[in-house]
Amino acid sequence: MPTFNIIQAVNDALRTEMKCDDRVIILGEDVGKFGGVFRATQGLLTEFGPDRVFDTPLAENGIVGSAIGMALYGLRPVPEIQFVDFIYPAFDQIVNEAAKMRYRSGGQYTCPMVIRAPCGGGIRGGHYHSQSPEAYFIHTAGLKVVMPSNPYDAKGLLIASIRDNNPIIFLEPKRLYRAVKGEVPEGEYIIELGKATVARAGKDITIVTYGAMVHVTLEAAEKAAQENQISVEVIDLRTLLPYDIDTVIASVKKTGRAVIVHEAPRTCGFGAELAATISERAFLHLQAPILRVTGFDTPVPYVFEPEYLPNEKRIRKALRDSMDF
Amino acid sequence: MSEELVRILGSDGKVLKGQKVPSISGKDLIRLYRLMLLNRRIDERMITLQRQGRIGFYVASIGEEASIIGSAFALKAKDWIIPCYRELGAALLRGFSLHEFCCQLFGNAEDQIKGRQMPNHYASFKLRFGSISSPVGNQIPHATGIGMAARLRGTQDVALVYFGDGATSEGDFHVALNFAGVYKAATIFLCRNNQWAISVPSKVQTASPSFAVKATAYNIEGVQVDGNDIFAVYAVTRKAVDRARQGKGPTLIEAVTYRQGGHTTSDDPRVYRDDKEVEEWKKKDPISRFKSYLIGNGAWSEKKDAGLEQDIKKEIDAAVKRAEKIGPPSIDTMFEDVLDSVPWHLEEQREELRTILESEVAQPKI
Repeated sequence: MPTFNIIQAVNDALRTEMKCDDRVIILGEDVGKFGGVFRATQGLLTEFGPDRVFDTPLAENGIVGSAIGMALYGLRPVPEIQFVDFIYPAFDQIVNEAAKMRYRSGGQYTCPMVIRAPCGGGIRGGHYHSQSPEAYFIHTAGLKVVMPSNPYDAKGLLIASIRDNNPIIFLEPKRLYRAVKGEVPEGEYIIELGKATVARAGKDITIVTYGAMVHVTLEAAEKAAQENQISVEVIDLRTLLPYDIDTVIASVKKTGRAVIVHEAPRTCGFGAELAATISERAFLHLQAPILRVTGFDTPVPYVFEPEYLPNEKRIRKALRDSMDF
Repeated sequence: MSEELVRILGSDGKVLKGQKVPSISGKDLIRLYRLMLLNRRIDERMITLQRQGRIGFYVASIGEEASIIGSAFALKAKDWIIPCYRELGAALLRGFSLHEFCCQLFGNAEDQIKGRQMPNHYASFKLRFGSISSPVGNQIPHATGIGMAARLRGTQDVALVYFGDGATSEGDFHVALNFAGVYKAATIFLCRNNQWAISVPSKVQTASPSFAVKATAYNIEGVQVDGNDIFAVYAVTRKAVDRARQGKGPTLIEAVTYRQGGHTTSDDPRVYRDDKEVEEWKKKDPISRFKSYLIGNGAWSEKKDAGLEQDIKKEIDAAVKRAEKIGPPSIDTMFEDVLDSVPWHLEEQREELRTILESEVAQPKI
């Protein structure tokens, strides 16, 4: 079985689906000959030709808007937005068109498409190459939102997303692109959307997280186990919407304590939704308030990025605060 | 609009037949040459610094100096320059200091931007040089707005906005020119057609025969100019600036030039383009032809040039050395300027971070 990083896993998923479904096409800036600025689409133009992989003019609303048209016509577009920070010109198309197409037409029209975009910080990208805007999309009825944390999940989730009949925002944590490697089966396989995974089993406290924070959290959990004898259960959501409420609640009912970790800013981040829902469904099981370790409510800074992003120290402080409550 | 590419100075440094050099003082000619060379040498030095890991990132404008400096020279000090992220030459012309620039690259305690943004994302209110962001084209409607406000207030100020060929594909380009046409905004739109948007060549951006011709759709003036010809760039920009100042409306200038290097230090153009093409364009380099012209006219010499190169090197060395020694800003600044005052939730987050950092110093265990 090959060992891939996330870029290779994404590339493999795209290739696998393009081979078995000729409706799948890729469009975006620099995706053709260049293979994408992160090389996610490398080799695909050569293999499938310019009718299935092509560069667009520099216009995110054009990329998404025309992809919507192609999806209406019966294709399965997988447009790439170069950095999710640049998705906003396409926000109207995503929110008002793609997300509402099925609902507003009484089910006559659907919009099966997967918008891929690198997200998150950790590469010294400053305000405009580091954002985590998943909350805007989770908050928009009609979209699914997916964020893998490792190569195995990335391939399985991307294939599942391409086969899904809904518009999907597929966010790829860029700082993990080459940093995480793992065994990835050849050929096709899917990871069902809407299913979380327990990345680390534990009994004292539950951490719910996703994306790059899964790895930071696992490190913090390991330290907490060794140095403080705290047994931490880490849940990697994988799909942010619809999220796996059953796995989350079962874990919190078992441990009685919950901490949510995400890079995105605190106020109205996805953690707020998770905290509210956990509180509604597991209140009597909770031994402590639900805590959130998040990015601060500022644009992602350049020099102080390491202090901005949730790190092991801040996660361990939250674990302490919860255990000591 | 005229179909012709405006040219005055040929690649060989000789004035083309039938063309006249615009009226620029001898002192200013040398000043412009010095700025172009300074711009070039800064770019080369900062790329090296990035490769050495001393700065994290850099955006150069190698090959485009004439299109940027020649146009900025046509403005008055009160006029506004709205950059994208590739116009250091315009900032230098305005008086942006090498020290300020280096501080922003290092993100140190004297950086006006307080270490918040990637290198090359500076701003200067006092120089009327707009704040730089990364998204492509966002700045173009801002320049329309400035041009509209100037007319509303009757000040005769104008705004000059820069963007690349890729940016003309963004929706913001369309709305900015459309509004500017409707309101006769005092705005000059300068498209640096440097042929490439990362790996995408300009022919993918549009089916139009040029970028300048797009002005027709908005019923504004449009002109295409040799962007590597400092005289032609200055002349067409000056004409556009004068028109705008007189309330006669906006102009779209397409400066045909070439991005000799990569998109940024994160790019390797050898993957998608031929070195032969780069070599061809180097023969049309804006600085070498201007140097030839000045020497040919007795206004300059190889000896003076060598002296200038030395002065520039000393200046850059000193600025880098000085800026690199300065430490980072105070971390408290991370929570300022989100709003005009720090709201309660940010004050709490600042306190939370302070506690964490202090506990790191004291190093207690959980």
